[in-house]
Amino acid sequence: MSGANRIAGQGRLTPARTARFTFDGKTFDALEGDTVASALLANGVHLVGRSFKYHRPRGILSAGPEEPNALVDVSRDAARRQPNVRAPVQEVFDGMKVESQNRFPSLAFDIGGINNLMSPFFAAGFYYKTFMWPKAAWEKLYEPFIRKAAGLGVAPTEEDPDHYASRYAYCDVLVAGAGVAGLSAALAAAEAGARVILVDEQPEVGGALHYDLSVKIDGQNGYDWAQATAAKLKAMENVTVLTRTTAFGYYNHNFVGLVERVTDHLARPDRKLPRERLWQVRAKRVILATGSIERHMVFANNDRPGIMLASAARTYLNHFGVAVGRKVGVYTANDSAYEAAFDLKRAGVTVAAIVDNREKPGEGVLAEARKLGIEVLAGHSVVDTKGKLRVSSMSVARNGGGSARSIPIDALLMSAGWTPSVHLFSQSRGKVAYDAATGRFLPGTYAQDCLSVGSCNGTDGLQATIEEGLAAGELMARATGHEGGGKVELSGENAFEWTGGMAGSGEGAGVDTTVKAFVDFQNDVCAKDIRLAVREGMHSIEHIKRFTTNGMATDQGKLSNIHGLAIASEVLNREIPKIGLTTFRAPYTPVTFGALISHSRGDLFDPARKTPMHAWEEAHGAVFEDVGNWKRAWYYPRSGETMHDAVNRECRTVRSAAGVFDASTLGKIEVVGPDAAEFMNLMYTNGWDTLKPGRCRYGIMLREDGFIYDDGVVGRLSEDRFHVTTTTGGAPRVMHHMEDYLQTEFPHLKVWLTSTTEQWAVIAVQGPKAREILEPLVEGIDMSNEAFPHMSVREGKFCGVPTRLFRMSFTGEAGYEVNVPADYGEAVWEAIWARAEPLGACAYGTETMHVLRAEKGYIIVGQDTDGTVTPYDASLAWAVSKKKTDFVGIRGLKRPDLVKEGRKQLVGLLTKDPKVVLEEGAQIVADPNEPKPMTMLGHVTSSYWSENCGRSIAMALVAGGQARMGQTLYVPMPDRTIAVEVSDMVFVDKEGGRLNG
Amino acid sequence: MLLIYCPYCEEERSELEFRHGGDAHIARPTNIADISDAEFEDYFFLRDNPKGLIFERWRHIHGCGRFFNAARDTVSDKFYMSYKAGEPKPYIPGVSPASEKPLSENVGETYEATEGTAK
Repeated sequence: MSGANRIAGQGRLTPARTARFTFDGKTFDALEGDTVASALLANGVHLVGRSFKYHRPRGILSAGPEEPNALVDVSRDAARRQPNVRAPVQEVFDGMKVESQNRFPSLAFDIGGINNLMSPFFAAGFYYKTFMWPKAAWEKLYEPFIRKAAGLGVAPTEEDPDHYASRYAYCDVLVAGAGVAGLSAALAAAEAGARVILVDEQPEVGGALHYDLSVKIDGQNGYDWAQATAAKLKAMENVTVLTRTTAFGYYNHNFVGLVERVTDHLARPDRKLPRERLWQVRAKRVILATGSIERHMVFANNDRPGIMLASAARTYLNHFGVAVGRKVGVYTANDSAYEAAFDLKRAGVTVAAIVDNREKPGEGVLAEARKLGIEVLAGHSVVDTKGKLRVSSMSVARNGGGSARSIPIDALLMSAGWTPSVHLFSQSRGKVAYDAATGRFLPGTYAQDCLSVGSCNGTDGLQATIEEGLAAGELMARATGHEGGGKVELSGENAFEWTGGMAGSGEGAGVDTTVKAFVDFQNDVCAKDIRLAVREGMHSIEHIKRFTTNGMATDQGKLSNIHGLAIASEVLNREIPKIGLTTFRAPYTPVTFGALISHSRGDLFDPARKTPMHAWEEAHGAVFEDVGNWKRAWYYPRSGETMHDAVNRECRTVRSAAGVFDASTLGKIEVVGPDAAEFMNLMYTNGWDTLKPGRCRYGIMLREDGFIYDDGVVGRLSEDRFHVTTTTGGAPRVMHHMEDYLQTEFPHLKVWLTSTTEQWAVIAVQGPKAREILEPLVEGIDMSNEAFPHMSVREGKFCGVPTRLFRMSFTGEAGYEVNVPADYGEAVWEAIWARAEPLGACAYGTETMHVLRAEKGYIIVGQDTDGTVTPYDASLAWAVSKKKTDFVGIRGLKRPDLVKEGRKQLVGLLTKDPKVVLEEGAQIVADPNEPKPMTMLGHVTSSYWSENCGRSIAMALVAGGQARMGQTLYVPMPDRTIAVEVSDMVFVDKEGGRLNG
Repeated sequence: MLLIYCPYCEEERSELEFRHGGDAHIARPTNIADISDAEFEDYFFLRDNPKGLIFERWRHIHGCGRFFNAARDTVSDKFYMSYKAGEPKPYIPGVSPASEKPLSENVGETYEATEGTAK
């Protein structure tokens, strides 16, 4: 037997197919198709959690995703564990482990329950006031304690071993919700020939047909009709039906996010299946058929386990075959709850009484109640309940006063009416409108190509819902160009049209400040808290929401929003629409991070770019650093060497013999065309007309505002062809910047741009022995100093493959950069290495490159510049053409602030103590004894130990730096103040003779 | 995620393929070196940030690579149209200010033109 409360002959589950699970360590039997909630109820378990703030015992309130109370921790194994799972949504599988949350030491006896007694101290907004002093205690004491006491579930600590999938989909009509309205719409659209995607969050289609047994459609039982219709749709080629799939977000231009739960209901899922699948759907039209959510009644102690929504009790009975009690009471403000009483009564459950706070219930349901012998107390309210871990009685009183009568019950079903689910409509930026006649917010002004149908559109009545769905499906199919198929006709009938409904606190909610009549169960917000918020001056719903946290829990106020508004409206004596409705945000229900990130984790989080020589570098012990997406060899430690040792050795070796460096990551752009030189003149500060083919020039690129954007050496290969290099990180944006000007400002220029970064492997060989290393490998290029001087480029062959050989230097030594097609990079590198190693050269990495260039005062854009540095600030005035009448940045450079005295300029810094290496980013001051806040003159941009200088060196941006040569400045650090002397930026070979060596 | 029509590829593609390029129809002065500080400020720094219709640049960077312009509503994100770089700023009926109505649109007699707005 799968639970004592399962009633034979009721529900749609198969008694023979059982599944076993544990709840807080105790084993329970369930049936296949049960949710955690239905299985617990079948076993008579109502108490499943403790509330957020007061730790009050809580049960199962709903049978759907709106559940605020029954949040549990569900696990398959140690790593596959998920907290905060809504028990009415999670299907049971064999072997599942379920744990309650937010209780210590046990669910039935929870120490935190003392908060309930202390509640006068925890009034709404208490944390804004109580924990303000002393300041430091918030971080160390109050906040950690509150978090622990008021926690939701606990996040898993192990890595998620499951995998997730993601796909894009396109359709003519997306239908969200597969109840009567959604199925009708999908059917009409599909019959017309439109490509349709129909989604529903439940395991089977049907929506309200799960519980409403009175519905007949086309002569068939409603639920059976729904399954048959879904089967028919699934068989159609133009239709995709997705169940267990939630449309959680409605974004721009009919882009809808769906999350499909693929394996969470399976005992032994196929490992090949993803746990969840994210669907990113672009629909030409969207039909929203998201239904309504039943509201609870607000009265004193309305949160005891055993008190639930009437429709939920009906679902548990009619779909799962579970009676939620033996003797139930009903408290309602509308007709729909009567049908729950009827169904339970017919199934043999005692209905103690229907308490209706209206004077005049609907006539149809009233007559039926009499017929079934159920007592109806119209014009009465439930004013209190009793029962520690489960409701045991309700106190009922005549509205307007009179003594209360206690009626023993073990479950209480409630309904204040129905709230249309306008969440997705609101997310689409549609504006809702308040319908005063029915007290509902309904879709008003549409912002996207969508339509709402059925009860989410405020449409009551079965036939009206069917017809609205069919019409919308046909209309949307026609709008997307599908005219096929005949007219679909369906007829439906049901037992009763529902009337009534209320929002706000009833008679039983109390007017004093002690009664706990819950509005928001998940955040423990009571009617009194909303009243308090108003008394404290919060008059807008946005303020009331934040002060009380009403609607701010993970259920996003699916039950509480309308009640909160109505209570504020009562207190403020203003109409509901004047108080406003908060905006619904995606996601509709929580979405796992796994589904959102899908494959983008671990190695696939971000692509790694590797140079052609990467494998060699790895084999030779290189330590790598990330530069953008590139993996660059940082330094090559030999055994026993620290990073410092290795870099010092590499620095010494390059200047005494030679070094080989992988420069392949440099950005490369081929600028070609009859107007190439003119284009270069516009993009760079330098003049290019005078650069002869075969020569190179260091170029600076500015933005229009005059600040340095990028730099690099440019080789002119012929009159109409430039080989441009950029910084490693800057290549894509420089290309974009060039394309922008070429396409939109200078479209008359005949120039073609090609990114060639990955076409060339680049091997820099630098040092006194560079030429000796390379010469035997070169064909067709005269390597003599006279024929091939510094800053030249030649084309020829290198190791038999085409090369662009640059004579250039980023070290201050005589040097070359060998460009060969990327596919030959590793082979050429090995050939060079075979010559270099016996000559005493080393391979060096980016750290040594940085030190060597700093020894020469060569800047790195993005390190020594920060987007506010001009060429003049960087002592690069020589690179700015005085003759040109136009280049990008020419006007920006003349801006008053850019020509002002006292700008920060790049200078060198030498510490008075040569052993002290400054910290990059450290601030610089003139007077170390100045009271705080001190006047900061600038900061250190580059700082290294220079083995070649035998001392530390640094570069810095210093206000009026050029005029401070030789001055002593100070770098204050937490533990000491370091004295420095301002110098020029060239620390090695000031004359530059080594370049021509 | 926006759906953007590329006038060169002649189809709608996802926003993922595009890169936004700021306001459209801001021409770089041909005599830029000689303009005043105020003119440079106006050209380079000042933008309108309108609520409603905006003309803006996009680049189909992961597609054809071309820059083009689009007219979009900044509130609803609805695109009225997109058009090739270099084409004049279009008049969007019912959205663009009447003062920007091109002459060709004013040719021809309409009820509104002769009698004013219908009451």
